[in-house]
Amino acid sequence: MEGIYFDNNATTRVDEKVVEAMLPYFTEQFGNPSSMHSFGNKVGLAIKKARMQVQELLGAEHDSEIIFTSCGTESDSTAILSALRAQPERKEVITTVVEHPAVLTLCAWLEKEGYKVHYLKVDGKGRVDMDEYKKLLTDQTAIVSVMWANNETGTFFPVVQMAELAHAAGAMFHTDAVQAVGKVPIDLKSTKIDMLSLSGHKLHAPKGVGVLYLKRGTRFRPLLRGGHQERGRRAGTENTASIVGLGQAAEMAMEAMAFENSEVKRLRDKLEAGILAKVPRAFVTGNPDDRLPNTCNIAFEFIEGEAILLLLNKFGIAASSGSACTSGSLEPSHVMRAMGIPYTAAHGTVRFSLSRYNTEAEVDRVIAVVPEIIAQLRKLSPYWDGDGPKADAFAPTYA
Amino acid sequence: MWDYSEKVKEHFFQPRNAGTLDDANGVGDVGSISCGDALRLMIKVDPATDTILDARFQTFGCGSAIASSSALTEIVKGKTLDEALKVTNQDIADYLDGLPPEKMHCSVMGREALQAAVANYRGEEWSDDHEEGQLICKCFAVDAVMIEETIRANNLSTVQEVTNYTKAGGGCSSCHEGIEEILVKVLAERGESFKPGALPEAAPSGMTNLQRIKKIEAVLESIRPQLKRDGGDIELLDVDGKTIYVAMTGACAGCQMEALTLQGIQQKLMEELKEFIKIVPTKAGALSRASCQP
Repeated sequence: MEGIYFDNNATTRVDEKVVEAMLPYFTEQFGNPSSMHSFGNKVGLAIKKARMQVQELLGAEHDSEIIFTSCGTESDSTAILSALRAQPERKEVITTVVEHPAVLTLCAWLEKEGYKVHYLKVDGKGRVDMDEYKKLLTDQTAIVSVMWANNETGTFFPVVQMAELAHAAGAMFHTDAVQAVGKVPIDLKSTKIDMLSLSGHKLHAPKGVGVLYLKRGTRFRPLLRGGHQERGRRAGTENTASIVGLGQAAEMAMEAMAFENSEVKRLRDKLEAGILAKVPRAFVTGNPDDRLPNTCNIAFEFIEGEAILLLLNKFGIAASSGSACTSGSLEPSHVMRAMGIPYTAAHGTVRFSLSRYNTEAEVDRVIAVVPEIIAQLRKLSPYWDGDGPKADAFAPTYA
Repeated sequence: MWDYSEKVKEHFFQPRNAGTLDDANGVGDVGSISCGDALRLMIKVDPATDTILDARFQTFGCGSAIASSSALTEIVKGKTLDEALKVTNQDIADYLDGLPPEKMHCSVMGREALQAAVANYRGEEWSDDHEEGQLICKCFAVDAVMIEETIRANNLSTVQEVTNYTKAGGGCSSCHEGIEEILVKVLAERGESFKPGALPEAAPSGMTNLQRIKKIEAVLESIRPQLKRDGGDIELLDVDGKTIYVAMTGACAGCQMEALTLQGIQQKLMEELKEFIKIVPTKAGALSRASCQP
């Protein structure tokens, strides 16, 4: 596939070495790891190795703390529902307004089921108020679920500190870390984080495999009941090839960690500065000082994001947008709205997310193309006049 | 990624009549910035003939909003105002070889901009009767407002009934939860609670099955003399929930008017039973098959 792929927070390409590691597990090594013969035994050993590779990446104390699942969403649901079932006396959940739908949609359903869910607000840079958080923590809190880094802006949350506060209140702490794992160093054994979700396809492993980290000693109830796989904590025959692939990808992410935080970050910064220097009325959303090294989310005022994406796509550039129109809903991204970004800008947000496969030439190409596209769409916009916003505000009906 | 038609893409990448029209004498501004769509339509009307000589647009919006605006200007140029006002949003969508259901509101916005621009030219006040809710059923493009109003107007209480009236929920089933939420809300207004298990089969009159069948027999009996006058007859074969299987016999079988006759009988049955039923003509021998299929 030709083109410039700057949408790595959506999904990543599977590394060739990962594919290579996986291939034998479709053919020669097809055994069921539960079987009592050497077909199964070898596969069981491969899964054990993958478990240790993931343990290493997460800085987990024991390999038994790693539970393989089918995706990040399954890990999130397992974690939150487990905490509620294991502590029936506690009926409240604390999360943030900017979580991924994997958590937010589940929480909306929990509210219908009679649980109380508290949503922490965020400020203009996407940060939570720790005082508000402390006030909400009570002996009713079953679980706190806060993302490690936001998928749209890359902004970090102080999950290590928040986990300590949760523990002090006797509550469990879960973090959806699908965007952070592999991009920033994580050392779970030194934290009070009880549960963490990760997704394989965000770190160059295939889609359809994820992990739930479950700290030893944490009370747990499985989501899927059945066989004894994953020590009965996640029944269902293991997705062996993908698990092996995820192990390989985890090992490679460890090796590439420094590169992600130096070279990928440098390219991201160059892209961002290059675009902002050439496009007026554009700004970075989220917290530029504390975010993922690969993510850059820019709001282009007075134009709409889907239109930007369609034109970028024409140039072979892949990115994503928080506009209403890309999702089919009538509202722009809940993350942008939560940060108080005005509608005229929220609809025009574009997320560029890089990976270690991107090159300097690609960054230069995008910097060259974006200003043209923005100018072309602003020429069509009723809010824009020549070089800036219209002096007499355009005020359509039912605004 | 949206499945846009080639025509939509073409009108997005090369929009016709984009920009401002300096000597416009009618301007319509519509849209909602919160929804991410806003459109200014400018028209130049010849006062002598009431013909639209030129039209331009400026649009804040997605690919299909820009394409719909472009299509709109192409459609109305050269039309008289009265002709132009007859343009519907479906005409705009058709011009573009269709729009995805989630994007139909872009064509609605085009039609409204046109009404607003014409009203502005004529010096009239224009107010939109626009009420668009969240899209619930994506298969048949039915929004929340439509569902809510239909539930109210017809006293509906089950998802199945909503599907029968609006088509919403009749496709992939993913919106059944959404329809239930609306039912809960509207039923609460009339002091009822939503019963997810409530089967539409339950006769509202509270009749037992036997009573229902007797009633159906009675209705058919009252119609029979008319059928016999024409040399035909009708036979009740089975009642399965809301479906009533009958056999048309004698001169009625295969009669060109059969469908019309059955429609009349169905209407009469609904009035008598006070519930919605469906009458299905079946051959007498096919009965066991028809009623035993799971």
